[in-house]
Amino acid sequence: MELQLDEVEKVCSDLYVRALKLLPPDIKAGFGRLMESENNETGRAILGTMVKNIEVAERTRNMLCQDTGIPIYNVTIGRNVSFDGAGLKAAIRRGAERSTKENSLRSSVVHPITRKNEQTSCGIRVPVIHVDFDDSEETVTIEMIPKGSGSENGSFLKMLLPSDGITAVKRFVVDRVIDLGGRVCPPTIVGVGIGGTSDLCMHIAKIAATRPLRTVCSDPEGAKIEEELSRAINELGIGPQGLGGRSTAFAVHVEVAATHITQNPVAVNIQCHSARRATATITPGGIAFN
Amino acid sequence: MAHHVLDMPVTAEQARELRIGDTVTLQRTLYGIRDATLIHMFDRDRRTRLDLNGHAVIHTAPNVHRVEKSAEAPAGFTPFCIGTTTSMRMERFTQKLMEREGVRFIIGKGGMGPATSAAFQQMGGAYLAIVGGAAALETTWIEQIEDVDMEDLLPECLWRFRIRDFGPLLVGMDSHGGSLYEQVQQDVAARRDAILASIGASA
Repeated sequence: MELQLDEVEKVCSDLYVRALKLLPPDIKAGFGRLMESENNETGRAILGTMVKNIEVAERTRNMLCQDTGIPIYNVTIGRNVSFDGAGLKAAIRRGAERSTKENSLRSSVVHPITRKNEQTSCGIRVPVIHVDFDDSEETVTIEMIPKGSGSENGSFLKMLLPSDGITAVKRFVVDRVIDLGGRVCPPTIVGVGIGGTSDLCMHIAKIAATRPLRTVCSDPEGAKIEEELSRAINELGIGPQGLGGRSTAFAVHVEVAATHITQNPVAVNIQCHSARRATATITPGGIAFN
Repeated sequence: MAHHVLDMPVTAEQARELRIGDTVTLQRTLYGIRDATLIHMFDRDRRTRLDLNGHAVIHTAPNVHRVEKSAEAPAGFTPFCIGTTTSMRMERFTQKLMEREGVRFIIGKGGMGPATSAAFQQMGGAYLAIVGGAAALETTWIEQIEDVDMEDLLPECLWRFRIRDFGPLLVGMDSHGGSLYEQVQQDVAARRDAILASIGASA
C-alpha cells in the first residue's frame, strides 16, 4: 500500500476535531465506575456535572473542553506500506493547521520566548509527531491526542538514586499528586514512567497517561506498582476538582524502561478527566475512525 | 449552605455574605481574563477601557468565531466553546486585580492560595469554583460576547460576556479566611503517612 499524503492531511485534520468532541468509550465507562464508588456529596455532584457535559457536547456537537491542547500525533506503520517520511510529517502538520482554521479552534500554541501565537496550533517542533512501526501488513494507524495543559503542567522528573529504591519512586508519585490537588482537573489518569534515560522516562510517563483505562502495564513488576498506587491515590481524599472525595484518579498507569546501573528515574505526567484521544486506521480498504 | 442569585456587579458587602459551601448563580455580566491579560495589565501597566468594578472575572481563553459586527455580535465575535483554566497560575495578580480594578469574584478551577485569601479578607471577595473541563455545558450559560479589549492577545484578551443563569458555582474561598481547598489539603496531609506505609513507601 502506498500512503497517500493528501489523505493523511485530511485524516489528521478530522482526528483533531473528533478528539476534541468525542470522549473515548473507556473514559465514559470510567466515569460510570467512579459514580458508583464516590460517596462524597460534592464529589458526586462534580462527577455528575462532568457526565452532563459529555452529553451536552454530543448533543450540541461542541468540544468537551476549551483547551485545544498541544496536538500530538502517534503514527504506527505496518511492514508493507511505502511512504515519503518527510512528506508524511509535513502532511500531519498541514492537517493540524487545517483543522484549526476550518473548525475555528483556539490555537493554544505559542513561541516559548516571544509568546507569539501563529493561530495555527503549530510552531517549532509542534505538532508533536511520533512514528513507530509494527508487524501489521498494509495498515497505518494514527492516534491524535490534544494534550490539555492544566494536566500537562502536572509533570515531574526526578533522577532518584539506586539506593533510594522503589519506595522512593512510589513516595514521589504520591507526593506529587498531593501537591497538585485540584489543579490538574481530577479525576485524572496518573501516568508514571519508571526507568530509562531522563527523556525516555518522561516519554513513557506520557504513554502511561494516555493509555486506555483497564489496560495493564506489560511488565509484571510495573503492573504490581500501578495497582498499589491506584489504590493509595484514591484513599488520599483529594477528589474531583480537589474538593474532596474518593475519585482522585481513574487509575495510575505505569510504564517501565530499562535503566542505567547508576540511575533510578521516575517521571509523572497527568491526564485530566477530559482524556481525549481519537484514532484512525488507513488500509487499502479505506479509512476507519475508531 | 445558602444559594445566592447575584445580578452583577455587586458590592463588597454582598461579597462578604458568601460562605464556603454556599452556591451561587450569576446573572448579566462576566469578564474573561487569563495569564497574558494579567501579565500585560499589571507587569506592563497596560490599562483597559472596560469597567471591572464590582464584577466577576473567569479564568478563560475562549474558542470563538470571528464574524461581522452586528447587534448579535457587537464585538465581532460569537462564542463557540468557553471553559475555565487552572487558577493557581494567576495567584500573584489577585491583590492588584481587586485593588486597582475593583474585582469582587474570581471564577476558576483548582482553587487559589494564601495571597488570594488575604485579598478577599481585606477587600471583600470570593473564589467561585466551576467544574473544569465542562466547557460544552458552560458555553450554554453564555449568551453573547459583548465587548473585547486587548484583542492583540487573542485568545487571551479581556472579554465581556453577557450571561444567563451562570452556575451553580460553589463558593470555594470566602472573605472570612475559609477555603474548601485548604480543608481538603489538611485532610489529605493527615492521611499521607498511613497511606504511604500501606504500600511500603514510608520515608
